[in-house]
Amino acid sequence: MGWAESCLDTLKENDVRLVTYVPDNVLTPLIKCANADNYFISVCTTREDEAIGMVAGAWMAGLRGCVMMQTSGFGTLPNALASLLVPYGIPAILIVSERGTLGEFNLGQTLVSRTMRPTLDSIAMTHHTLTDEKTMPFVVDRAIKQAVATQTPVALILSPLLTGGKVFKP
Amino acid sequence: MIADCKILNRAALTQRLVAKLRDEAVVAGIGNTNFDLYAAGHRPQNFYMLGSMGLAVPIALGVAMAQPQRGVIALEGDGSILMSLGCLSTVAMVKPRNLTIIIMDNGIYQITGKQPTSTQSTADIVAISRASGIASSFWIRDEAHFDELIDRALGDGGPTLLAAKIDDQPAVTQTVRDPALIRNRFMKGLGTGRGGALDA
Repeated sequence: MGWAESCLDTLKENDVRLVTYVPDNVLTPLIKCANADNYFISVCTTREDEAIGMVAGAWMAGLRGCVMMQTSGFGTLPNALASLLVPYGIPAILIVSERGTLGEFNLGQTLVSRTMRPTLDSIAMTHHTLTDEKTMPFVVDRAIKQAVATQTPVALILSPLLTGGKVFKP
Repeated sequence: MIADCKILNRAALTQRLVAKLRDEAVVAGIGNTNFDLYAAGHRPQNFYMLGSMGLAVPIALGVAMAQPQRGVIALEGDGSILMSLGCLSTVAMVKPRNLTIIIMDNGIYQITGKQPTSTQSTADIVAISRASGIASSFWIRDEAHFDELIDRALGDGGPTLLAAKIDDQPAVTQTVRDPALIRNRFMKGLGTGRGGALDA
């Protein structure tokens, strides 16, 4: 089983049914599998903050959800995190495919990725970087359980070490 | 048509809406929009945003998807919806039958100093909504027309977008700014709270 199936299995085990996303190349297997599985309600949104809003509303109404995006999409989120998820105590699960490192070819991606962890740290949002398939189920499972129990959002950053990342093909 | 619209008052229109509600959830955007909802009399199914400008419709969409049997209303201003027009196309695609969007359009960023929005001169929210795929999008002509449209939206199903041209009056009061309390009360109102004996 690949990292994508394994990740979705862990979401299922934790009743995370709503999958919102802004498409990303590295996330394709995750999005494809989620779309193909009737357990999940998948919605492609136009912006990442829109997805955050949907997951916030759904959670308050009893449906758990996650938001999938790439690093540059995370870059659009500070206001939605700092004025919605964190102060209202909403355990949204953010799944971010990490660009900008380990062979990045686009300087814009490199710079925006450097803002991600400092942003998360500045609002005391828990984040974990997933680097291998073996430990991923444990980290994802415990991260979701902690988020729900303590009513705080969490970011799961998918490193190229896990996903292979995106490489430049001239 | 916008030209046919009587200029309404947000507080009065919000009171008119609230008087019609039963157990519908209402998600109100930042500033005057949620202040007037609060002023109309707090209900357990009200959610007041204290930031995240533009996300009232996405939050309401999430509520509508999680509780398809409950009517859900998003109250938003023109400045806020202009910031997040993409969400209208998402609503159209998801087609939640239980979602009604109400836009209070005064053509200004009232709370920040009455700077004009593009709806004052050129943009037409209802036309944008229809072009985004929400076929049931209407300008509210007057109070009686609002009654007719909202009864239809709450009864027959949506998604529906109703837009009102409103005056430039600020809200008369402000919502209590306590996000944790707002969330807990809202969840209790939706039957999803976990307060147990603490909620007694």
